[in-house]
Amino acid sequence: MTGSGTSGSVPDPTPTHDSRATAVATAERVSGATGPAGDTDIAEYALRLGDDALILAQRTAEWISRAPELEEDVALANIGLDLLGQARALLSYAGSLTGRTEDDLAYFRTEQEFRCAHLMSLPRGDFAVTIVRMLIVSGYQCELYARLAGSLDQTLAGIAAKAVKEVTYHFDHARDWTIRLGDGTEESHRRMVLALQQLWPYVDELFRTDELEARLVSAGVAVESRALREPFDARLAPVLTEATLQIPAVPAAAGGGRHGEPGEHLGHLLAEMQVLARRFPGASW
Amino acid sequence: MATGQGSRAAGAVAERIRVHGPDGARAARVAGAVVDPELPMLTIADLGVLRSVTVRPDHDVHVTITPTYSGCPAVQAISADIDSALRAAGYRSVTVETVLAPAWSSDDITPEGRDALRRAGIAPPAHQTAGPVPLQLSVRCPQCGSRRTEQLSRFGSTSCKALYRCRDCAEPFDYVKVL
Repeated sequence: MTGSGTSGSVPDPTPTHDSRATAVATAERVSGATGPAGDTDIAEYALRLGDDALILAQRTAEWISRAPELEEDVALANIGLDLLGQARALLSYAGSLTGRTEDDLAYFRTEQEFRCAHLMSLPRGDFAVTIVRMLIVSGYQCELYARLAGSLDQTLAGIAAKAVKEVTYHFDHARDWTIRLGDGTEESHRRMVLALQQLWPYVDELFRTDELEARLVSAGVAVESRALREPFDARLAPVLTEATLQIPAVPAAAGGGRHGEPGEHLGHLLAEMQVLARRFPGASW
Repeated sequence: MATGQGSRAAGAVAERIRVHGPDGARAARVAGAVVDPELPMLTIADLGVLRSVTVRPDHDVHVTITPTYSGCPAVQAISADIDSALRAAGYRSVTVETVLAPAWSSDDITPEGRDALRRAGIAPPAHQTAGPVPLQLSVRCPQCGSRRTEQLSRFGSTSCKALYRCRDCAEPFDYVKVL
């Protein structure tokens, strides 16, 4: 992130901490409209989606210079960049409704103030874990954003219509690797089985609908997470079958990431992501 | 809204880009001539990321652009370049706004832009296919014209490109992805 927001306004402003004017101007530039439902609810919803994208972008970027081959290094960097772009738009919008900038939200919130699902902050693991997580998250985001593009909130609809094109590429990439590794060597298959066992407990949290979301669904703003489970399962099933993999019988993890109960790994991730902005507030280069 | 003023280039710009206000066609020509830093053979008018140019009576210019991909880092450089170009052309106050809707599509690249890509050794994107089953024709090699090409990686040197290789002339090349 930079201090300038999603906007392309020039000259580039330096990072501002609590400039209501900057945040609002940014949102107007991105959207040109405000939502029909309560601003606080919409801001919270945008944070959930934006934090998912931001934290997974950070995890994905950890692969840069460490991927198994050069092409994959470039692919993971691009996928992380797409997620970061989506996060910036969503956090800018959330901030515009609550008087904060995207940088305030990314760098100056504590782990309890983040709203990402636990799946996003799990350590990157080996390449199999990264691919299985990409398959799960991009599959979920494809279904989510395709529907959110029809939101009555014009800003969310605009962000989703753009994002759905990008996450479709992510899903294709994850699908190709899932099939190649699952139906690959004995070792690659073994690692994919382990990755599924490790990650599948965290899938359930993505498809929980709480009161806030239900209010926004009624207002035509949000997508009901619960209703995404069936299309998500239908999307993944043929991929896993072709990859000779199966969904493991594992219980769901407790979750709580949407309500200020972060997973144990989030704080460590934030320490690295936020250290520079906290040590040198307003730094630019 | 085309104003029909200015040179042939400005006319081409005005066909695709909303232009408002007195002197709008001139400002659109100046802004539209800015090039993408990652695809310097393409102007932002030909890339389809310049959306509108409004010149207010007090000579302030308001420009809207849209990113190709959400995380495209070129947006800030493009904004700065638009600002400099318009100021150099005599406009005192310039604002550049990023809009997301409607989302950019690779179909927004003009025929001139597609030719410029090809001349620079980059394969232009296929046109979007409608219908439930996306149909992907083979990509033509920009060096030798062969259709015997293969994808090396769906993700290339920038967000908008994939990496291909020609099986006839053996040259690797970039392909602007369909989006």
